[in-house]
Amino acid sequence: MSMDIEILEDDRHHRYVLNMGPQHPSTHGVLRVLLELEGEYAMNLLPVLGYGHRCHEKIAEYKPVKSFMPNTARMDYLGALIYNHGYAQLLEKATGVEVPERAEYIRVITSELNRIQSHLLWYGAYLLDLGAFTPIMYAFDDREHILDILEDVTGSRLTYCYFRVGGVCKDIDDKFVTSTRAFISRLRSRFPMYEDLVNGNVILQNRLNDVGDLNPHTCARYGITGPLLRGTGVGYDLRRAEPYSIYPKFDFEIPTATKGDCMASFLVRFQEMEQSLRIIEQALDGLPEGPVMAAKVPKKLKIPAGDYNSSVEAPRGELSYYLVSDGSDVPYRLKVRTPSYSNLSVIPEMCQGMLLSDVVSAMGALDLVIPEIDR
Amino acid sequence: MELFYSLLPELIRMVVCAVCGAVIVFGNALVMGYAERKLAGHIMYRPGPMEVGFHGILQLVIDGLKLMGKQLVIPKNADKPLFMLAPLLAFAPVFVPMLVIPFSDKIQGFDLDVGLLLILAFASINVLAILIGGWSSNNKYSLFGAIRSVAQNVAYEIPMLISLLAIVFMTNTFSLKEIAAAQSPVWFVVIQPLAFLIYIVAMVAETNRAPFDLPEAESELTAGFHTEYSGMSFSLFVLGEYANMFIVCSVATVFFLGGSSGIPLPYFEYTGIVWFLLKVYALMFFLVWIRWTYPRTRFDQLMNFCWKYLIPFSLVNLLLTVVLVKLI
Repeated sequence: MSMDIEILEDDRHHRYVLNMGPQHPSTHGVLRVLLELEGEYAMNLLPVLGYGHRCHEKIAEYKPVKSFMPNTARMDYLGALIYNHGYAQLLEKATGVEVPERAEYIRVITSELNRIQSHLLWYGAYLLDLGAFTPIMYAFDDREHILDILEDVTGSRLTYCYFRVGGVCKDIDDKFVTSTRAFISRLRSRFPMYEDLVNGNVILQNRLNDVGDLNPHTCARYGITGPLLRGTGVGYDLRRAEPYSIYPKFDFEIPTATKGDCMASFLVRFQEMEQSLRIIEQALDGLPEGPVMAAKVPKKLKIPAGDYNSSVEAPRGELSYYLVSDGSDVPYRLKVRTPSYSNLSVIPEMCQGMLLSDVVSAMGALDLVIPEIDR
Repeated sequence: MELFYSLLPELIRMVVCAVCGAVIVFGNALVMGYAERKLAGHIMYRPGPMEVGFHGILQLVIDGLKLMGKQLVIPKNADKPLFMLAPLLAFAPVFVPMLVIPFSDKIQGFDLDVGLLLILAFASINVLAILIGGWSSNNKYSLFGAIRSVAQNVAYEIPMLISLLAIVFMTNTFSLKEIAAAQSPVWFVVIQPLAFLIYIVAMVAETNRAPFDLPEAESELTAGFHTEYSGMSFSLFVLGEYANMFIVCSVATVFFLGGSSGIPLPYFEYTGIVWFLLKVYALMFFLVWIRWTYPRTRFDQLMNFCWKYLIPFSLVNLLLTVVLVKLI
């Protein structure tokens, strides 16, 4: 903490330090931000991390690769299936296990449901940050349907461990298909309501427009990806930029906005939900028959010596796993590149000179999931 | 002794008025506390309180008991006397305006010539309470809330007063009873729609309710000025807030919605209170409704809105009213 005191000192030019977090309603978890304030203007910001660190990367070096799958879900509890997906894909790349087509379809459907669920939670929580209490209940109402659908097939509601090396652990049934289709039409019918009630609201527009400006250059310097980057006009989405799984088969758009402020990323995330629905619809239509697990996956999965990398598009941006193997079934090193960590690092630059209320809305626009930062 | 007997009816009247004022304050807090939670629940697709009594109707009683039983935590470095004084100061002044509100033609504590001034004067003590509470808590979030509250309340009192002044010019009196009586053919909301709109906006800001709830902005300031308060001292702030809501809505009813006028009922001098309360609670419902619908404004936008739009428009409205009154 000595560093904090050096950088941020009380009574320097009539400034004083406000300690936001680790228990604060709008830091969504155990993030702590020190703000050096002048009046209500934040002149300096310093995020302090590490309150929720659980050494996931180190744990990976001590157990067989296959048994690390549940840990991936605990890193980002909102995009658990997508984290599963990245990890399963990494091991498949390393060992050359072929995934049956039906399993890939199921992976895409469930991952996209997971992405919508994550965006819905962000939508509610962000508006809560902005002082609107009601939308979170509406968003949770919709999100509940996804959780029910995924619970039926995966057995859990939040920290899924559904994907396996070579496929998924359980096949989907007719009930899954019908309830997913019902959910698609339900959420579609709810979008106009959200737009009327929230997105067009003049108070919301005033709170979000021209707040937290980012540009592609800043994003490149900090490694910002995901909806924030797409909000600056760069249509970079790994599902298109470096296609993985069976995403090339589907027809969907990458929503972008040009202004780079909070409103831009707000709209990008909102439109992404519709695109995810489109992907799910196409995947349900083209769902092939067949097995959901590869026939021969060894019990003890030995990774040939070498370096392996796998990247997927998580709800908050680019997620990468980097694995170094010495030829055994335990990784020598596993590095996870999580999107929120890079996105968070822009806070000091993005929020400098902002009002306290704008710091809250800018931080909300980053859609931070703290366990993913402190993994 | 003779003096005592001559004063006795007046004394009894004073006691009865004070008791009735207290009944209204607490009764209103009970009704609004329950109604707000229930309405918020239904706006949010959830039932609200359901467990205690039929549809949770006794929830507020239980909550009151809980709050009374709670320990009063005083922060270590707080300014103790002021910290204790603030909730009392927020709550005590709300009884006085109850005395001059004309609930019906005959139900009114005292018909003062300066009724409006009395209400506005006592309603503004609330700001002082918030400032003292925020300052003495010795917490940066509380201080933020307090500062915001003072700036906001001082700014919004101006358009509030000016919009009411337009009515005062038309009726030539500060007495609430006479103002209510002056609206027998048409309510002033028809004649003065702009003043009504301005008053409604200022009213929301005056009572620190969402979307102008910046002094207690939860996501920014945790709980604003009452961050450090717990138990009964916290609930006194809440009681004060509900009583203030009742007062500003009553003023709106008296000034713009014809007071207790309505479809005549038997013994209308007394039963007019039904219409009066109906109008007051309709306005209160409106306050609750917008609270649970809109996001919060930003502080600079709030102040700009007041100084750039509300005050100029209310001044123009006042000027036009004065000119028209002079011509007619």
